[in-house]
Amino acid sequence: MTQVRKKIILLLITLALAGWPAAHCLAESGPESATLDRLANLYEAVNFNHSAHVDITEGNCAECHHHTTGAVPTNPKCLKCHPGGQESDSMACQDCHSAKRFEVAYLTEIESNTQLYHIDKPGLKGAYHQKCMGCHQTTGGPTGCQDCHVRNEKGDEFFHAGNFSPAPVAHNGGH
Amino acid sequence: MKKINRRSFLKGGLAGTAVVAGTAVSKESSASQSFGGYPDSMGVLVDFTKCVGCRSCEAACNKEQGLPAPDKPFDDMSVYDEIQHNGQKRRTSEKAYTIVNRYKVKDREAGPVFRKFQCNHCNEPACLTSCFVNAYTKTKEGAVIYDPTVCVGCRTCMIACPFYVPAYSYSSPINPVIKKCIMCYDTRLKFGRPPACVEACPQEVMTFGKRKDLIKIGNARIRSNPDKYIDHIYGEKEVGGTAWMYLSDVPFDQIGFNTHIGEQPIISYVKEFLTIVPMVLTIWPALFTGFHLLANRKEALKNEKPSGKE
Repeated sequence: MTQVRKKIILLLITLALAGWPAAHCLAESGPESATLDRLANLYEAVNFNHSAHVDITEGNCAECHHHTTGAVPTNPKCLKCHPGGQESDSMACQDCHSAKRFEVAYLTEIESNTQLYHIDKPGLKGAYHQKCMGCHQTTGGPTGCQDCHVRNEKGDEFFHAGNFSPAPVAHNGGH
Repeated sequence: MKKINRRSFLKGGLAGTAVVAGTAVSKESSASQSFGGYPDSMGVLVDFTKCVGCRSCEAACNKEQGLPAPDKPFDDMSVYDEIQHNGQKRRTSEKAYTIVNRYKVKDREAGPVFRKFQCNHCNEPACLTSCFVNAYTKTKEGAVIYDPTVCVGCRTCMIACPFYVPAYSYSSPINPVIKKCIMCYDTRLKFGRPPACVEACPQEVMTFGKRKDLIKIGNARIRSNPDKYIDHIYGEKEVGGTAWMYLSDVPFDQIGFNTHIGEQPIISYVKEFLTIVPMVLTIWPALFTGFHLLANRKEALKNEKPSGKE
């Protein structure tokens, strides 16, 4: 009995060790960094240090990429359809999270396609911010808007800040 | 010809009144049915659990609507400490059609709640029904818009609105009018695009879509996270339903919502009374004039008789 149990444990350890480099390699195959410039009309592009975040998550790609890397999802609800082990065609955020989330075509698709389960998938900007901010808030990462993306001149104009700040009001309200 | 005596006149009069009253009642009961909103109208679902209070929505609104420059930059978070002279937090004004306020909530792990608010674009708007110059329109897309060229500045809608949304251009001495959020109808909603605040929000606090789909999405979020969310979509039924609806992880009354507002559209409180008004104005004068003439008939005859003899 003990011999069998030992063998099983050894087998499990071997499998675990075999699986580890596989998962690790997958993470390593990701880009070193990525430039996020969707908000370039108001902010400077973000130079996202991908490899640093691989280290932070200790190679657990599912932390951000859900099941798309083939990792087993942590949420049991996701497991029902995504048991893990299947790598998706794309791992890029923008290929699932639409940058046109509220445009007519997208809204029509989620309304008319009754087979579609994910009718409440965040758009690209929402996905980035909810994921990044959600983690930064709990792990002590930067959470200020300009900690990640510095505003450009158009951004200052938009926010009426910097050179576009309103003249200070001496007294607010007359009462 | 049958002689009309007092008794038959009264009988006929009463029967007539009953018939008119009867039709008035049946009209009233059909009018009492709730409108419930246009079937394919759009809306916005606001999820306060996601808001970080960056005020991007306020800045976007300012730009889109061409509003005057704010008193403080939109990245100035000291506005959250502002208390107005009435002891309340900031509210919508002629310079800001949307406002984000901060509510400190005890024992909330994520810190304070940031609550955006603006016109809720009711299915049956009280502002619209209260406006005697018909300045307001509820569009099929769901927006409650208004025609400032018609507005006479009476401010009845400000009193009628259960959410205290319409603001007034007090700064204009010549032609002060009502100012409020129109859900970016002219520039965006009309063309199927989301309001500027929705698009500007980094956290996607707001979900734009058909109102009926948003209710499904809201319920699904509550269902998949029952420990997090309050089991209620504010605005789904309040005052007959609103285009803007809200999800929260703290009770709504703790973040400035009126939870005793009821599910009846505001118009339903005055509908019954208003249906009686035309009846009173048309039937009562005729009826009581008739009574008066009958009551004084003998007097009149008495006065006539002597003149007849002579």
